[in-house]
Amino acid sequence: MLEAIRDALGTEMAADDRVILLGQDIGKFGGIFRATDGLLAKFGDKRVIDMPLAEAAIIGSALGLALSGLRPVAEIQFLGFAQQAFHQIVPQVARIRYRSQGRFAASLVIRAPFGGGVRTPELHSDAIECQFTQAQGLKVIAPSNPYDAKGMLLAAIRDPDPVLFCEPLHGYRFIKGEVPSTPYTIDIGRANVVREGSDVTLIAWSAAVDLAMRAADVLSTDGISAHVVDIRSLLPLDVDSIVAAAERTGRCVIIHEASLTAGFGAEIAATISRDAFYSLQAPIERVTAPDAPYPLAAAEQLFIPSIERVVAAARRTLEVQ
Amino acid sequence: MNSLLTPQFPYHDDPVVPLRLLEIDGKVAENRTSPMDDEQVLRALRLMMLSRAFDAKGISLQRQGRFGTFSPVRGQEASVVGSAFALDPTRDWIVPQYRELPALLHHGLPLERFILYFNGHPAGGYIPDEVRLLPIQISLAAQLPHAVGLAWGLKLQDMDGVVLTYFGDGASSEGDFHEACNLAGVVKAPVVFFLQNNGWAISTPRSRQSAARTLAERAPGYGFNGIVVDGNDLLAVYAVTAAAVERARAGLGPTLIESQTYRLGAHNTADDPTRYVSQEILNSWNERDPILRVQRYLAARGCWNDDTASEVSDDISRTIDQALAAARAVPPPTAEDLFRHTYAEMTERQGRQLGEYALSARARTISHDEPHEHA
Repeated sequence: MLEAIRDALGTEMAADDRVILLGQDIGKFGGIFRATDGLLAKFGDKRVIDMPLAEAAIIGSALGLALSGLRPVAEIQFLGFAQQAFHQIVPQVARIRYRSQGRFAASLVIRAPFGGGVRTPELHSDAIECQFTQAQGLKVIAPSNPYDAKGMLLAAIRDPDPVLFCEPLHGYRFIKGEVPSTPYTIDIGRANVVREGSDVTLIAWSAAVDLAMRAADVLSTDGISAHVVDIRSLLPLDVDSIVAAAERTGRCVIIHEASLTAGFGAEIAATISRDAFYSLQAPIERVTAPDAPYPLAAAEQLFIPSIERVVAAARRTLEVQ
Repeated sequence: MNSLLTPQFPYHDDPVVPLRLLEIDGKVAENRTSPMDDEQVLRALRLMMLSRAFDAKGISLQRQGRFGTFSPVRGQEASVVGSAFALDPTRDWIVPQYRELPALLHHGLPLERFILYFNGHPAGGYIPDEVRLLPIQISLAAQLPHAVGLAWGLKLQDMDGVVLTYFGDGASSEGDFHEACNLAGVVKAPVVFFLQNNGWAISTPRSRQSAARTLAERAPGYGFNGIVVDGNDLLAVYAVTAAAVERARAGLGPTLIESQTYRLGAHNTADDPTRYVSQEILNSWNERDPILRVQRYLAARGCWNDDTASEVSDDISRTIDQALAAARAVPPPTAEDLFRHTYAEMTERQGRQLGEYALSARARTISHDEPHEHA
């Protein structure tokens, strides 16, 4: 996964000299996860730029840099720390096109890893991607695999609108897959069916897709065929694909790492219940973190969704006749 | 006291005298010369008077319900106009807050755009393509990191533009001010931080914003220079800003200018300053009115009299009336304006929502025009 991201960054920097990288420790150190490893040596310190430790200045200046004609890709070390720049991302970056009635655009990307399972210190694992989905003007995407990561990051850098690119922290080294060495893009705003099935629809994004696939394997041993949809893009949302996937089985389980209340699953469930109402065979299930702060590491396996909970939720939908 | 605790950077409160070139009586200060020629000063004065006249007109229209809530410039005209005159609109940028109307006009914004904005029309946010100006910023100090990024980006691309950004004493308490100054120092961005200390953040006095003696002296902490200028002195503001712009253009990095001025009017049309400003203080600042000072200066040089004054006033009235008429001629916003320019292209979901507006509008039309048979 990490290699795919690094590949996309290097590819686009070579193709477009307006692309610059900003972030903390991204230069010589290559980023705390090595996502930018080797890029300083290749592109120099005018294009791979170590920033002061100030998230709002990173994002706010990225907006100014974009207005000057550059294409900044800013790294925030953990999505939880993007809260320090929330006031720049939501009211400023996302709105500049609207506020200026199309005169200005924030053509920039904010990359940040999120999600649990790697025993980080406090605030590093929080899945807060949903908090940015009310920022109309922003695109919020969260790929689940290396192929999508490369194609969607290339699409994000070329996108005329700002993109928050959420990377699965747990999947950086854990999720593997083949990635073509040539450049390619994946349309932002399109969901993807990652497993065809007919009994129950599992809906997820980012690292939760891997969880859904594992749950689907378990269900298949009982003869239950799960249809798995990777949302990939939260904003804009591929409503038609979600509705089609819900109609296919009439039974839906939505999985995410954020807490239940007002999590993005609520948006998806409301969309399905409005647009696929007459196809539904059972109440829509949500498997999420509980309504509690993200805990310290020793408790995190209790907190984040598990295969067992996904399997149990899928079975509940099938119990309804 | 333990000598280990002897401060290396001792705080002290010796008074700081702001730089002044033009005395209150309109005479050039001793051993100083004007940095502007008479023709420049006349153009600046016209803009200052236009600003003052627009404030009065805007307040009057707002009271009649014909104009939105807006923030008058009154009292700060020298500060705003003097700084704007130091820029070259063909290559320099202004990143505004919201109380800088005459600077925006000088830089190329048509007055009717400003009127549309404060009338609440989305089209008021549009700035013509050739005007190097970012939109008015309502969130205090949020524009400062943008200004730094823009300036830094110009420098990275070997363009010679300088960015001047406006903000106030209240905004200088925001975290964005610190983060922006800090970054500007590190990357030597060609930016001028123009802090208008007008004494008030709505009703909160300058003394509640910072215990620092001046706001400009924070600059050395960020690795660049600060300067305090008499913000009611057109010539001094111009001279100081021009020097800061020149430094930035030469690659010497940012400057923080604290322009000490005074808000003679209200924070905005919803404010009532009689609750917190004493008449004595207001009177003392009225004596230092920046417009009177320039008029006295020009009169002493034989360039200003009652005839020129009434000529300029008439011309300003016409300008304002024409802009108001142009703004009124713009059609009211439609449902499509709610969605357009959110993204480069409307999303599918936005398209459907827009469609629902059209349907409900048709439903409304039908219910009005074609009463139900059984009604």
